[in-house]
Amino acid sequence: MTARIGVVTFPGTLDDRDAARAVRLAGAEAVPLWHAAESLDDVDAVVLPGGFSYGDYLRAGAIARFAPIMDLIVDAAHGGMPVLGICNGFQLLTEVHLLPGSMIKNDHLHFVCRDQTLRIENAETAWTTEYRQGEDITIPLKNQDGQYVADDYTLDQLEAEGRVAFRYVGWNPNGSRRDIAGITNERGNVVGLMPHPEHAVEPGFGPDSREAGRHGTDGLAFFTSAIKGLLATA
Amino acid sequence: MPTIVVDVMPKPEILDPQGKAVGAALPRIGIEGFSQVRQGKRFELTVDGEVTEEVLAAARTAAETLLSNPVIEDVVAVTVEGA
Repeated sequence: MTARIGVVTFPGTLDDRDAARAVRLAGAEAVPLWHAAESLDDVDAVVLPGGFSYGDYLRAGAIARFAPIMDLIVDAAHGGMPVLGICNGFQLLTEVHLLPGSMIKNDHLHFVCRDQTLRIENAETAWTTEYRQGEDITIPLKNQDGQYVADDYTLDQLEAEGRVAFRYVGWNPNGSRRDIAGITNERGNVVGLMPHPEHAVEPGFGPDSREAGRHGTDGLAFFTSAIKGLLATA
Repeated sequence: MPTIVVDVMPKPEILDPQGKAVGAALPRIGIEGFSQVRQGKRFELTVDGEVTEEVLAAARTAAETLLSNPVIEDVVAVTVEGA
C-alpha cells in the first residue's frame, strides 16, 4: 500500500509543489487538492502549504478558512486524520480553530528568510515520530506574520499538555510567545508550524548542513513520520 | 447609499507592531505628545436599500466571523453612516 497525502492549493498558495515533492520523496503519493473541491479524494492525510492565500489582505488565512474544502478537512481532522499546516497553513489552522492562538506581524516588522534551528519538543505527534524528543533540526523559515500569540491561560495549557511541538533555538525570529515555532492539538494528529520542513528534504536544495552546503534534509522526517503512522494503522 | 462601518482594533493585551512603528515615527517628523499609537481596521459595508435590523445583524455576524479574529482583535463599533 502507498499512503496518499493531499496537498491543498488555494489562490495565492506558493509552496504546494514543494510540499508535493516532499511527500513523494518521503515515499507517498502526493494528491493535489483544489480549495473549491467538494471531496478529499480518499487521501489519508493533508498538508496545508505555505504562501499568501487570497493575498492575506484581511489576515493570514482568514479568507481561506471559508474555502469549501476546509469543512471537509476540519471533519476529517476531528476524525483523526493527520493534518500538517506549514506557515500560511498554520495560520489557516488557527483561523479555522483546529489549533489555538493566532499569528500577528513579526515584532521587528521585517520579512525574515533564514535557516532556522528549532527543537522537537513533542516527538509523539503524527508528524514527528521519526524525530527524537529534544532533537534540534534546521529548516528554512520565511514569513512576515509569524509571531505566535495566545493568552497566558492558553499558553500554560499548551505547555502543560506537551502541545508546544517545536520551539525556536538560538534566536526567536519573530517575537513568538515562549519561543513557540509550532503546536499540536490534543490528539496529536493536527500540527502547525511557521518554519518550512518541505524545503529541507533533498540534498542539494536544503539549508546548509554539517556535511555540505545546501545538504540539510531535516524536514523529511515530518513526512516519513506521517507515512509510517498511516501504514501502521492501515 | 447607507454604509455600515465596522471598526476592528487589536486587543489591548496584544502587542501591535504596526502601531508601535507609527508611534516611533511621529517624533521623527516633529510631532510630539503622543505616548502610544495603536493601528486598527475600518470596514465600510455599503447597503443596497434600507438598513434594517436584519441587515445590521448580518453586518455584526460578518464583523465577528470574517472581519475580525476574536483571539487577537475586538470589534469596537458597528455603526450606520449616511442613512
